[in-house]
Amino acid sequence: MGSTPGMSEAKQKIVGRSVARLEDRPLLLGQGRFAADVSFAGQWSMRVVRSAVAHGKLRGIDASAALAWPGVHAVWTHKDVAHIPPIPFRLTGLKELEPYRQTVLAKDYVRYVGEPVVVVFAADQYVAEDAADLVELDIEPLTPVLDASGATGPFDGTHATEPSVIRKGYGDVEAAFKAAHAVVSLALSTGRHSGVPMETRGAIARYDEGRDILEMHGAAKVPWWNRDHIAQMIGRTRDNMHLYEGHVGGGFGIRGEIYPEDVLVCAAALAFKKPIKWIEDRREHLIAANHSRQQQHNVRAAIDTNGRILAIDNEFFHDNGAYMRTHAATVPDLAAAMLPGPYRVPAYRAIGHIRLTNKTPSGTYRAPGRYESTFVRERLMDAIAAHVGIDGVEIRRRNLIGKSAMPYDLHLDTLGTHIVYDSGDYALLLDKTLAAAGWPELKASLTKRRAAGEKVGAGVAMFVEKSGLGPSDTVRVDVKSNGKIEVVTGVASVGQGVETAMAQIAADALGVDYTDINVIHGQTDRIDTGSGAFASRVTVMCGEATRLASVKLRDRALKLAAELMQTEPGALDIINSEIVRRSGSGASMTLAELAQARPGELSAEDTFLSSHMVYPYGVHIAAVKVDGETGAVAIERYVIGYDVGKAVNPRLVESQIAGGLAQGLGGALLEEFVYDDHGEPLSVTFADYLMPTAREVPAMSILITEDAPSPLNPMGLKGAGEGGANPVGAAIASAIDDALQRPGAVADLPVTPQRLARLLKERPGPL
Amino acid sequence: MKPAPFVRHVPRTLDQALAILSQVAGQDGRILAGGQSLVPIMAFRLAKPAHLIDINEVAGLDQLASDGKMLSIGARVRHAAFHAPVADNRLAALLTYVAHHIAHYPIRMRGTFCGSLAHADPASEWCLTAATLGATMIAMSQRGTREIAAKDFFEGIMATALAEDELLAEVRLPLLASDAKFGFYEFNRRAGDFAMASSLVTYRIVDGKIAEARVGVGGAESAPRRITEAETALNGATPDDDAFRAAAEAARDAIDPLEDHQTDAAYRRDLVRAVVRRALEHSLT
Ligand SMILES: Cc1cc2nc3c(=O)[nH]c(=O)nc-3n(C[C@H](O)[C@H](O)[C@H](O)COP(=O)(O)OP(=O)(O)OC[C@H]3O[C@@H](n4cnc5c(N)ncnc54)[C@H](O)[C@@H]3O)c2cc1C
Repeated sequence: MGSTPGMSEAKQKIVGRSVARLEDRPLLLGQGRFAADVSFAGQWSMRVVRSAVAHGKLRGIDASAALAWPGVHAVWTHKDVAHIPPIPFRLTGLKELEPYRQTVLAKDYVRYVGEPVVVVFAADQYVAEDAADLVELDIEPLTPVLDASGATGPFDGTHATEPSVIRKGYGDVEAAFKAAHAVVSLALSTGRHSGVPMETRGAIARYDEGRDILEMHGAAKVPWWNRDHIAQMIGRTRDNMHLYEGHVGGGFGIRGEIYPEDVLVCAAALAFKKPIKWIEDRREHLIAANHSRQQQHNVRAAIDTNGRILAIDNEFFHDNGAYMRTHAATVPDLAAAMLPGPYRVPAYRAIGHIRLTNKTPSGTYRAPGRYESTFVRERLMDAIAAHVGIDGVEIRRRNLIGKSAMPYDLHLDTLGTHIVYDSGDYALLLDKTLAAAGWPELKASLTKRRAAGEKVGAGVAMFVEKSGLGPSDTVRVDVKSNGKIEVVTGVASVGQGVETAMAQIAADALGVDYTDINVIHGQTDRIDTGSGAFASRVTVMCGEATRLASVKLRDRALKLAAELMQTEPGALDIINSEIVRRSGSGASMTLAELAQARPGELSAEDTFLSSHMVYPYGVHIAAVKVDGETGAVAIERYVIGYDVGKAVNPRLVESQIAGGLAQGLGGALLEEFVYDDHGEPLSVTFADYLMPTAREVPAMSILITEDAPSPLNPMGLKGAGEGGANPVGAAIASAIDDALQRPGAVADLPVTPQRLARLLKERPGPL
Repeated sequence: MKPAPFVRHVPRTLDQALAILSQVAGQDGRILAGGQSLVPIMAFRLAKPAHLIDINEVAGLDQLASDGKMLSIGARVRHAAFHAPVADNRLAALLTYVAHHIAHYPIRMRGTFCGSLAHADPASEWCLTAATLGATMIAMSQRGTREIAAKDFFEGIMATALAEDELLAEVRLPLLASDAKFGFYEFNRRAGDFAMASSLVTYRIVDGKIAEARVGVGGAESAPRRITEAETALNGATPDDDAFRAAAEAARDAIDPLEDHQTDAAYRRDLVRAVVRRALEHSLT
C-alpha cells in the first residue's frame, strides 16, 4: 500500500498554506505554562552561589551563616555531589576534550564569573537569596586567561589552554596558493554574544517515592537525551525518570541543554524527597547560560585573474570559555565545515583552535559556526571583488556552484554526516532577491545620495544552511474515540510552531481538519525515544515521520472501515474526518464511529531515518546609513531571499526568518558580552547587554522560494530555523563598507558606534 | 533577583512622611516614588534599604500648576503627565518633547519627575532640563523647608544636595518667553536607553541675533550643567550653521568627559559636539 492514490481533487491541501497557529490560543489567553508557573506543594527553592572571581583556586567555603539562617533547609558544596560525574557531551564529543567537562559544582578551581560553587535550599526564593548572600568563598585569585589567540600554555592544574585543534580540508591548498594570480588575506572577528530567550531557564524536580518516579519540569529542546543522561549521572534509569516540557519562551540553541542546575535539582529532589524549584534570573542567565560566537579568523584566498577562488586557507581561534559543555567541539566544527558556502572552492583547509578562557562556557546559538564563518567567507568575497575591481554581486556570481553540479559533495564532514548539498539553484535565488530589492535602482539612488554627502550603502551576503539532522524520528498517530487525532512526537517546541506544522502534514495525509489534531512533544513518558528540536531538524525529520505514520494510519482506517462498510479500502476516502465512498453514494461513517467500533486499533507508528542533512540557502541584502559623527548605523532596507525546499506554512517560515534577523542584527550591531581585564563580565543586565528592540529591527521583505525541493524526503522539506540569522553580520558589514566607500572597513563584529566612529576618525578618507 | 528584606511605610500626609523619614533615614531608609530606578537596584541587591517610605499615597504631592511665572511639579507627578502639554507655555511644549525621550512607555507611566532629579543619573533628561532651565528644588524635612538652586543641587553621579532626611517635595521650573526657541537632541544606541550624550538649548532671537542662550549638556559629565562657553559663542550671533558649529565646538572643548569601557574621552567629546549642534538645529524646526 502506498500513499493516498487518487485523492479527490476537491480536497484542499493544507500543507503550503499560512494557517493560524494552534499554539497561540493558550498563549494569548494567558494560559501558558512556563517553567516558573510550575509549583508543587512543599517545594524548596534552590539558589546558586556563583563565583565572583574569574579564575582562582577554591581554598574553602564557609556556609555556616547561611545554614543557620531561618528558613534554610540545606546547603550543598562539591563534597555533596562528588559522586556525580561531569556533564557529558551530546554532540561532537572529541575524546581529548573530556577532561574539560564541567562538574555540577566547582571542585578545586573556579574558572569563570558565574560558575556554580554552592547551592542553598530554602523555604522560598527570598530566603534562599538572603542566605546565599551569607556564603563566603575563599578563593585564591589566579591570572585570568582572556585572549583566545595568544600563545598556548597551562590553564590551571592539569588543564591546558588549547585542548584540541580541529582540522578539515581537501585538495592541494599549497599548490593552489603557489599557482595563484593573487592572494587576498583578512583578519576578522565575531563578538561574544548568545541567545537570550525571553524566558530564562528553569527546572523543577519532584520525586514520587510511592511510584519511584523522578520528574523534571521545565525541559526544552532535547528532553529524551537529557532524561537518559541526567538519569545516568544520578544513578537512575531511563524508565524511572521523566522530563516534561511546558511552554517555552524561546530556545535558540542555548536553552534546554544539560546544565549544572538541571542535574542539581534532580539530585536534590531525590536526596531530600522534596520538590526542588530553580528559576534562573536575568543576571544569572547572562553569565551562566551558554555564550557563543566569539572567534578570530585569519583567512586567505588564492584567486585567479578573474577573481575565481582557487583555494581558501583559514586558521581560526574559538574562544570557548572555561569548560567544554554538551556541544563540545560542535561550533568550531561547523564553522570549519560550512565555511565554503555556496561557492566552488577547489582546495580548502581549516584549522580551528579550541581555546579555553576564563569566561562563561559556550555552546550553539542559532546558526552556530555559520554566523561566524559566513561573516568570514562573505568578507573574503567582498575583498576579492575589491582586489579584482569588480562588483560584489558579480564576484559571487562567478564563484557560485551551478545548479547542474547538484548534488554537490563538499568532501567535508560535520555532526557525524558527510556534507552533500542535496539541491540548490543559488544563482536563481540571487537574481530573484536582487529583483525583490530593486537592486539597480537601489544602487543608483544610494550613489546619488553619497554624492550629496550622505554615508549610505548596500551589501549582499549569501550562504548555505544545513538542516534536518538525523538519524531518526518516530511518530505515533492515534484516532481517539471522539474522532480527534493525537500525534505523539519525540521533538520539542521552543516556540517555532511545531504543533501547527505537524498538524498540517498529518491533516493532509489523513483527510482531517488540522485543528482536530493535538500534537504532543517534549514528554518523555509519552513516547520512548525522541531527538528533540535543534539544528533546524524538526519539520524535516519529524514532518516526514508524521506523514509516514499518518499514511499508515489512513490505510489502516480504510481497511477497518471497508470491513464494516462491506467494500474495498480502495473504494473509500477520508474527507473532513468522514470515511466516504468514492462513488459518492451510499452510507459513510465518521472516524469517531470507527474508533468506537474498533477500540484501540486506530493507531500507527512510523520512523523516518536519514543519514544526510538537507541544505537550504539564502541571500540577504542590507542598505544602511552611517552617521559620520556618532558612528551610529541605521538600517534603511533589508531584503531576504530563502529557499526552503517546501514551506509547510509560509508564515511560520517568515516568522523564523524575521526572528533570526533580529538576533543577527543584535550580533552585528548591538549585543556583546564584554569583560574587563580581570575577567569581570560587564554585560550582566539588559542595560548593558543591548538586545535589538522593535525600534531597532527594520521593516523587512522576505521572499520564500521553493525552487530546490530536497530529493531526500518526499515532500522536499528543508529547515527554516537559522537562515534569518546566518549572514546578517556579513550583509551589514558589506553595506557599511559601501556606505563608507571603503572595502574591508568592517573587520570586527559587533560594529558599535564607538568602534565605527574611531575607525572614521583614525582613517578619515577612503582606504 | 529578589530584594533583601525591607519594611514599607505608606504615609498619607506630608507630615507623616517627613516624620517617618527622619526616623528611618539613618538606617538607609529611602523614599519610594515611581520605583523605576530604586526597585531594579534593589532586585540586584545593589541597594538594600531596610525601610521604604512609599510616597504614592501622600496627599498634595500630585500638584502640577503654574502661577504665571513658574511651573510647580509635585513629587508624585509622573513622566507621563507631560505626554501632552501641561500649560499654555513654550515650557510645556519643551517638556512634552523631552518626555518622549525618557525610557519607554510603561516606565514613563510610573517614574516621577522629582524621582529622576533625586536619583540624579547623569544622563537623565529631567536632570538636564532642570539644570538648563535653572530649576528650584523645594526640599522638606522635619527640620524645615529650603530651596536649592539647580546649579547647587547636582553634586555628581547619583549624588545631590539633598540630606538623607529630606524629601524633594516639589520642583519649580521658570516659564519660557512666548518667543523662546528650544531644541533637544540625545544620542543613544537604542531608542529609550539612557543617553550617551544629550543637549537641551533655549534662547530668544532679538533683532535677528541670539539672546539669553542656555546650552545644557547631559550624559557627558558626572552631572548635567550649562556650558557657558557655548552660550557665549551664541549670544549676539545670527542663528546659523556657523554659530551652531562654534557653540558645539566650544561645548566639546569645555566638558570634562565621563569615560567607560566603551566610551573614551575623545568619543564622548565628539558626541557632545554632535548633540549640541543637533539640538541647536532642532531649535529652528
Ligand atoms: C529600562 C529603564 C530605562 C530608563 N531610561 C531612562 C531614561 O532614558 N532617562 C531617564 O531619565 N530615566 C530613565 N529611567 C529611569 C526612570 O526615569 C526613573 O523613573 C527615574 O530615574 C526615577 O524616578 P522614580 O520615580 O521611578 O524614582 P524611584 O525609583 O522611586 O527612586 C529613585 C531614587 O530617588 C529617591 N527619590 C525618589 N523620589 C524622591 C523624592 N521625592 N525625594 C527624595 N528622594 C526621592 C529614591 O529614594 C531613590 O533613591 C529608566 C528606567 C528603566 C527601568
